[in-house]
Amino acid sequence: MTSLKVWIPLAIFLLFCGVAAYQLTQPKDEFVESTMVGKPVPDFELRPALAELPGVSIADLKDGKPKLLNIWASWCVPCIAEAPHLDVLKRQGVEIVGVAIRDRPEDVARFLNQYGNPYTKIGADDLSEIQLSIGSSGVPETFVVDGNGIIRHQHLGDVRAEHVPVLLQKLAEAGAGA
Amino acid sequence: MIAELGLAALWLAAALSALQLLGGVLAQRKEASEIARLVRPAAIMQGVLAGFAFLMLLWLFYVTDLSVKLVATNSHSAKPLVFKLAGAWGNHEGSMLLWVTVMALAGGLIALVERRLPEKTMLATLSAQAFVGLGFYAFLLLSSNPFERLPQPALEGIGLNPLLQDIGLAFHPPTLYFGYVGLSVAFSFAVGALLTRQVNPNFARAMRPWVLGAWIFLTLGITAGSYWAYYELGWGGWWFWDPVENASLMPWLAATALLHSVGVLAARDALRTWTIMLGVIAFSMSMLGTFLVRSGILTSVHAFAVDPERGSFILVLLLLYIGGSLLLFALRANTVSEGERFSVTSREGALVFNNVMLSALLGIVLLGTLYPLLTEAFDVRVSVGPPYFNPVGAIFTIPMLLIMAVGPLLRWRGDSFARIKNSVAIVAAIMLAVLALVLILGSYGLLPVLGLAVAAGLAVGSFLPLRGRNLMRAPLSLWGMVIAHFGIAVALFGMASETAFSEEKLAAVPVGESAQVGPWNVNLEQVAPVAGPNWTAIQGRLAASYDGGDPVILTPESRNFWAPPQETTESTLATRWNGQLYAVIGNQAADGRWQLRLWWKPFVTFIWYGGILIALGGLLALIGRLRTDLKRRYVKSRQADRAKEAAAL
Repeated sequence: MTSLKVWIPLAIFLLFCGVAAYQLTQPKDEFVESTMVGKPVPDFELRPALAELPGVSIADLKDGKPKLLNIWASWCVPCIAEAPHLDVLKRQGVEIVGVAIRDRPEDVARFLNQYGNPYTKIGADDLSEIQLSIGSSGVPETFVVDGNGIIRHQHLGDVRAEHVPVLLQKLAEAGAGA
Repeated sequence: MIAELGLAALWLAAALSALQLLGGVLAQRKEASEIARLVRPAAIMQGVLAGFAFLMLLWLFYVTDLSVKLVATNSHSAKPLVFKLAGAWGNHEGSMLLWVTVMALAGGLIALVERRLPEKTMLATLSAQAFVGLGFYAFLLLSSNPFERLPQPALEGIGLNPLLQDIGLAFHPPTLYFGYVGLSVAFSFAVGALLTRQVNPNFARAMRPWVLGAWIFLTLGITAGSYWAYYELGWGGWWFWDPVENASLMPWLAATALLHSVGVLAARDALRTWTIMLGVIAFSMSMLGTFLVRSGILTSVHAFAVDPERGSFILVLLLLYIGGSLLLFALRANTVSEGERFSVTSREGALVFNNVMLSALLGIVLLGTLYPLLTEAFDVRVSVGPPYFNPVGAIFTIPMLLIMAVGPLLRWRGDSFARIKNSVAIVAAIMLAVLALVLILGSYGLLPVLGLAVAAGLAVGSFLPLRGRNLMRAPLSLWGMVIAHFGIAVALFGMASETAFSEEKLAAVPVGESAQVGPWNVNLEQVAPVAGPNWTAIQGRLAASYDGGDPVILTPESRNFWAPPQETTESTLATRWNGQLYAVIGNQAADGRWQLRLWWKPFVTFIWYGGILIALGGLLALIGRLRTDLKRRYVKSRQADRAKEAAAL
């Protein structure tokens, strides 16, 4: 081997260490955030998901009051887990608007009977159109929407006890900003 | 008390390791040093103490001592004994202790038995081993103490994840660790030889059993891991080019290359610097694999024990070990004199070709694995998968396998192609015949067709070195090579057959009706819910009959875990000599029909049979080599005795 060639492995290795060290210091984002955060919810109108409650349209999200937009489904197991925490939010005076994904009215009714109803309105999104247009990739997800229909925050996965204060905080910020 | 004993033994072992390092370094100076005499005893004692510490940890898990944090977080009094014990290494701290223990035992063993090398080289080797060991001791004692007590004993343990209560998974990590540690010994030999510039056949013979042993364990580890992913993940594939899989493949590729080059060095005193380089690379790859898996720096389906702090620690170790040894290599490589020359058409020539191809393969796997890491630094997210690895890998694999089929027939130093042309013609004829046959049978992808042809030729070619020999008298190491090469052919046949002939059926089937896949008729007899400790599942009952024969009952499940919420599929397999039926049940459609995913995979099991054969070949070679070594040592000591007697007369 000539004298320069023997340094190549070391050089490659040091390059790797540099990149690896840089990457280790970077925060790891495990979730794919919606790119719609900070942007207005696109126009939409959803028929009611069950007879007793009204459906949801874009106008409901622009009434000047910040609210939670909860993407859920009666067939989704984590949605059962988050139901009591949504109830806590409701009792603290938060308005929660539901969007039921690919669901049937009788299943929705049964779910709400069993686990409680935190929603003021529920729209039926049978083809996941609204879900996709606001950048939600699964159920459940919860969005904080301010009084002007602009998405302020996205929460991925089920809402747990520790997330309640965070969501309240985000709602307060959205209210102040609107 | 037991935990404190274990911890004390660990500290003592670390201290002896420091002494071993210091003694080995001092021994390199011109004047004789008293401390150098302590190196071998220190290494042996270190092995004893580390072994003792590990036994103490096993004991804590055996009695489920819940005042120890590690036991409380990883065990449970009601767990079956084998999983209690496996719990000792089924976590970060315990696995690190296992690693250190095996390494210390290996170091003690070399100190005890290895007498072929010049004393200075030997002490440098033990010193390098201590240097590597010290890093792990520091890691254990400073940041991952397995013997840490809880302020208050826990009432009950949190238990091992039920998903991990799998006998295969319990023994998968130790298998890989034995492999990694074997490579660490090879690494220490390489560093020791570099330090003293003593790169010669004796060095190769001392290093070879460790490389062979490591290679056997790595082969078994990869084979088992591949089978586990195949039946557990429910995707029907046996290799995904996932970073974690690649992390285990890369040390194997390097070890395979090293195994062959160390053979050349032992037999012919050639490929000196190259063997040293591979010794460094092979261990580097196992450290790199550990780093990638534990730091969570790459997103993978089975990244575990992810912790950036641990990642930083391992990165520092990497810098010290690999950076240090590569620096040493760069400084010393030019001063190691070149070994014996040989012609292109010779056993050495074929082995060099094999080495170059294996290194190229290693390079492309390494590049593919690290590429996402590199681009992510520039905020570009990519994922590198089969479309890159398969064709690019094949470019190097196929020529390598072709040479492998006939290379072992060549003589050392120099040979002529004319001498082996008959054998080459046989192998080539078989390959072409199979190629033609497959092309007539149907149209399949290029790679599987080539794979089938090469597998057939290689299967026959691997036995040719035995031609004209007395089979009873052929050395065990020759049999080892033959069987390992045949195992490669068997595994390749399984891969190619699975890729070419697999049939897949995704069907929506109502209860009581059947679906057809390949020669199988699968009847969905019933679907019933079943419950487990932290999951509920729907279980299908399938009656599968091959070609109208007696039905086999299969019960695939789709499980819903609720903490954390996760849906998994439990696939089921019906194994025949000529392949496997693989069944997965999915969700129920709105009209009441069930999704069934069925695969008929002809000869897929040959992939893992091949893996086992390869490891068996390695084992035979290892036994053969160790026997020769012992014989040689006996002859030498007899000669020495005779010389003494003659002098006394």
